[in-house]
Amino acid sequence: MSDTAVQPSVPAVDKLVIRFAGDSGDGMQLTGDRFTSASALFGNDLATLPEYPAEIRAPAGTLAGVSAFQVQISDHDIMTPGDAPDVLVAMNPAALKSDLHLLVPGGTLIVNADSFEERNLAKAGYESNPLEGHELDGYRLITAPMTSLTKGVCKDLGVKTRDAERSKNFFALGLVSWMYSRPTQPTLDWIDAKFADRELIIAANRAAFAAGHAFGETAELGHQQVVVNAAPHEPGTYTNISGNMALAWGLVAAGELSGLPVFLGSYPITPASDILHELSRHKSFGVTAFQAEDEIAAVGAALGASYGGCLGVTASSGPGIALKSETISLAVSLELPLLIIDIQRGGPSTGLPTKTEAGDLLMAMYGRHGESPLPIVAARTPSDCFAVAIEASRIALTYRTPVILLSDGYLANGSEPWRLPDVDSLARIPVEFATGFNHVGADGEPEFWPYLRDDMLVRPLALPGTPGLMHRIGGIEKEDGSGNVSYDPENHAHMVAVRAERIARIEVPDVEVVGDPDADVLVLGWGSTWGAITSGVRRLTRVGHKVAQVHLTHLNPLPENLGEVLRRHRKILVPEMNMGQLVKIVRSEYLVDARAISKVTGQPFTAGEIEQVTLGALDD
Amino acid sequence: MTDVLHIATTDVGEVPATKRSDWQSDQEVRWCPGCGDYSILTAVQLLLPELGVRRENTVFISGIGCAARFPYYMDTYGVHTIHGRSPAFATGLAMTRPDLDIWVVGGDGDMLSIGGNHLIHALRRNINLNIMLVNNQIYGLTKGQYSPTSEIGKITKSSPIGATARPFNPVSLALGAEASFVARTHDLDRRHMQEVFRRVFDHDGAALVEVYQNCNVFNDGAFGDITRKDVREDMLIDLRHGEPIRFGKEQQFGVSRRPGGVQIVEVADVGVDALLVHDETTADPSTAFSLSRLAEGPHTPTPIGVFRSCPRDEYGHMVSDQIAEVTDRRGKGDLAALLRSQPTWEV
Repeated sequence: MSDTAVQPSVPAVDKLVIRFAGDSGDGMQLTGDRFTSASALFGNDLATLPEYPAEIRAPAGTLAGVSAFQVQISDHDIMTPGDAPDVLVAMNPAALKSDLHLLVPGGTLIVNADSFEERNLAKAGYESNPLEGHELDGYRLITAPMTSLTKGVCKDLGVKTRDAERSKNFFALGLVSWMYSRPTQPTLDWIDAKFADRELIIAANRAAFAAGHAFGETAELGHQQVVVNAAPHEPGTYTNISGNMALAWGLVAAGELSGLPVFLGSYPITPASDILHELSRHKSFGVTAFQAEDEIAAVGAALGASYGGCLGVTASSGPGIALKSETISLAVSLELPLLIIDIQRGGPSTGLPTKTEAGDLLMAMYGRHGESPLPIVAARTPSDCFAVAIEASRIALTYRTPVILLSDGYLANGSEPWRLPDVDSLARIPVEFATGFNHVGADGEPEFWPYLRDDMLVRPLALPGTPGLMHRIGGIEKEDGSGNVSYDPENHAHMVAVRAERIARIEVPDVEVVGDPDADVLVLGWGSTWGAITSGVRRLTRVGHKVAQVHLTHLNPLPENLGEVLRRHRKILVPEMNMGQLVKIVRSEYLVDARAISKVTGQPFTAGEIEQVTLGALDD
Repeated sequence: MTDVLHIATTDVGEVPATKRSDWQSDQEVRWCPGCGDYSILTAVQLLLPELGVRRENTVFISGIGCAARFPYYMDTYGVHTIHGRSPAFATGLAMTRPDLDIWVVGGDGDMLSIGGNHLIHALRRNINLNIMLVNNQIYGLTKGQYSPTSEIGKITKSSPIGATARPFNPVSLALGAEASFVARTHDLDRRHMQEVFRRVFDHDGAALVEVYQNCNVFNDGAFGDITRKDVREDMLIDLRHGEPIRFGKEQQFGVSRRPGGVQIVEVADVGVDALLVHDETTADPSTAFSLSRLAEGPHTPTPIGVFRSCPRDEYGHMVSDQIAEVTDRRGKGDLAALLRSQPTWEV
C-alpha cells in the first residue's frame, strides 16, 4: 500500500467535511477518531463533532442506534466541524436515512452495500432499496460491499467470521484514506499498538484497512481522489486534543503551578466522566481522583480536601451540579477554594445526555440559595479548556472562592490541533497559608481571626495541623473578622455585601473587539459558540460587511469594559445554545437591546447559521 | 499523598501535655440545660488530654443538628458543614491529610436520614474517621419531628397519631455496611463513654459509635428504661472481648447462641459454659449482628460496648499507597511530558 498522501497528481481542495455514520456497533467513533488523528499528523487544521446515542447499544440497525462522527479538515485556519458534510459514509440503511439530508447537494456518498438487505432496510423504514432507485441520483454514489470484502480478506487469516465482520469499519477507513490522500502509517501503527498481543485482530484490521485502500484504486475511483493540504500553523509541537482531555491536563497543570495536590471528587455522568478517567491515570502528579457515592459526596469531599490544603475540584454535568448546589453555597460561606466543572448537556433532567447545550449559565450564576455569588468562566474551544482550567484554579486559589467552569458536550468530545504551550512560561499560582497570629485579642493575647480580610477582601487560610491557629468555621453566619457565630442583623447585611463585593473585585481581562469597532452589528458570545460565530462573522467581513465580535471567557465578574463596548453598537446579537441566558444578564447589567439567537437542538451552531442571522440583522 | 502538605506542623518532639480546659473553646455552650450532649462533650474533653494528641492535629467535623454544634465548643480545628454531609467532607480531608485525627459528630437525623448514604459509604470504604452518632430518636433542632430511629407509634409534631415507619437500628445498619468497628455507649456513663471513645480513637479505619443521648425537651427519658442508674445493671449488657456475655445485679443473666441467632438466658438454667464468649474480632459479622438484634428498642436488655473491632485495610492508606507506588514506578509526574503523551507533530 503506497502512502497516498504524497502523490503529486492528485487535485487539492481547501477543505473537506466528512461524516462517518453507522450503527452504534459499527465503530464509527473509532473510525472518525483515526481519520482525524491521521489528518492531524498530516498537518491539517481540523475540528470534530462526535454524535452518538445515549444507549450503549440501541437496537441494531434502527434510526435510534445511529452513531456519527463529523470532521472538517482544511488547509487553513478553521473553527467548526463544518456546516454540512461533503462526504457521507453510511454503513447501513439507518445511517443513510437519518443523515442523508445533511449531505451537500452533489456530495459524495459512500455506502456499505452489503448492509442494504431486506431486514436492515425495513428497520430503517425503507420500502425499497434506495441504492436501486433514483433517490440518490443527486449524489456521487460509491457502493462497496464492505462486509463481504472484509470477510473475504480475513478468511485465510483464520479469523472468526464474527470478528472479521467487526473489522469492516477499517475497510471504510482504508477507502476514505485512499480517496482523501491520508497517510496510512499512523493508522497501521495505531492498530498494532491498540491490539498488541491480539495477533488475529491486528491481522484482520490491517487486512480490512488494506482492502479498503486497494478498493479505491481498483474500482477506478481515481477521479474522486483529492487531497487537503496541510494548513500553515505557527511553528511548534502540536497534538490533537479533546476538550475533556485538555481540561484534565489543565487541572494537573494547575496543581503543578500552585504546588498544591489536586483532589477530584466526581461521580460518573455523561459527558463529564472522561475527566475522572483521565485524572485517575495521573497519580504520579500526586492527583487524587475519588469516585464518590454520589454527586453531593463528590463535591463535599472536594471541599474537605480544599479545607486541608488541596486544590479541590468536582466535575459533573447539569443534573449533578444541581445536586451540588447546597455544598457550593457552603463553600461560598466558608470562603474556601473549590473548582466546580459543569460539562453542559441537553436538559432539563436527563434530557439529551450525549448532546450539547449551554443551558446552565443562569444556574451557574444564580442557582443557589441565599445571596451566593461566585466567579464563572467558560471555555471556547477544546484546547482552550486547558487554559481555562488553569484560570479557574487561579481565581479559586487566589480569591478563596468556589468557581464554576462551564464547558459543554461539544467541546468535551470534540477535538482540534493544539500547539503545546511551553510549560515553563505558564504563570505560577502563588498560594500562601497562614502560619501565625493576625490579631490581638481584648485580653492582649495574640489570636488568629479566620475572617480578618486583606485589601482584596480575601480571608487567611490556616490549615488544620498549623500550631496555635485552631479555629472553627461553619455554614452559620459569621462575625466578620473573628469568624465567630453571629446572628447580628447588621453583621449579616455587611457579610452579604462583602461576599458580593469580593467577587465583583476579582480582576478579569477586558474584552477584545474582533472586526470593525464601529460596526452596526456586534455578535456577542460565550462558550463553544466561539467557533461558529468567528467563522460566520469572518465570512461576512471578508465580503465587506461591517460586523464586530466579542467573546466572553469571564461571565462573572464581567469584564470592566464590556458595557462600554456593547453601547458602541446599534444591534447586539447573542447566539446561545439556550433560550437566551447571557442576553438576560447583559440586558439587566447594561440596559442594552441585546437580541437572543437560540439553538436548542442538541447540536452546535454552524457558521452558516451565524452568517445568515447576522446578515439578516445587517439588512434590518 | 506522597508529600503531605508542606505546612508547618510541629510534628516533632514530644506532644505537649494538655488538660481539659485546653480543649474547651471560648464559645458559650448553647445546648438546652439538661441536654445529654453536655456529658458527651465533657467525656471527650476529658479523654483527649489522655490520648497524647496535638490540638492542632485534631479536627471535629459535623453536619446539622443539636449534636452538630460540637465543633464550636472544641479548641481544635473544626468545621460545621451542612446537613448530612459531614462524612463526605471528612472523607476528602481524611484521604488527603492522614496526619490528622478526624472526629465526625452528628445526630440520628443527620447521619441516618439525610446523610445515610455518606455514612454507609464511609463505613464501607473504611476511611480513618472517628464517627460519633449521637442518637436521641428525635429531631431536636427543628423542634420535635420523628427521626429515622423513632419507634413506630411515636407521637411527634409530624406524627400526631403515631409514626408509621420502622426505625433503623444504627448498630445493625453499620454492621450491614461492612463497618470494621462498631460500638454503643450512652450519655449517663462518662467512664463507659471514655472507654469506648478511646477504642474508637485507637481504631485505624472508620469507627462508629452510637451514643444513646437524652433529649430532655423533645424526647425525655427515651432511654430511661435501660440507662437509669437503678435499672442499668439489669438492662445494659456490657460486651467485653474474650469474656462470657453476662449481666444483671447478680450476673444472673447471660447470652447464649440459639439456632439463627442469640438469646438471653438465665445462667442458672444453662451454666456458664453455655454462654457466648464475646469476640469483637471475628471476620464474620453475623454474631455481632445477632447481638445488635437482642433488643427491639431501648426497653429490654440491650448490649453496649464494642460489638465489632476487626481491622482491615484503611481506605486513605490504600489510595495514598497507589499514588506512592505509581510515583515510584514512573517517577514524579512531568507536565511537559504529559502534554506530549499523545501523538504529536512538529510544524
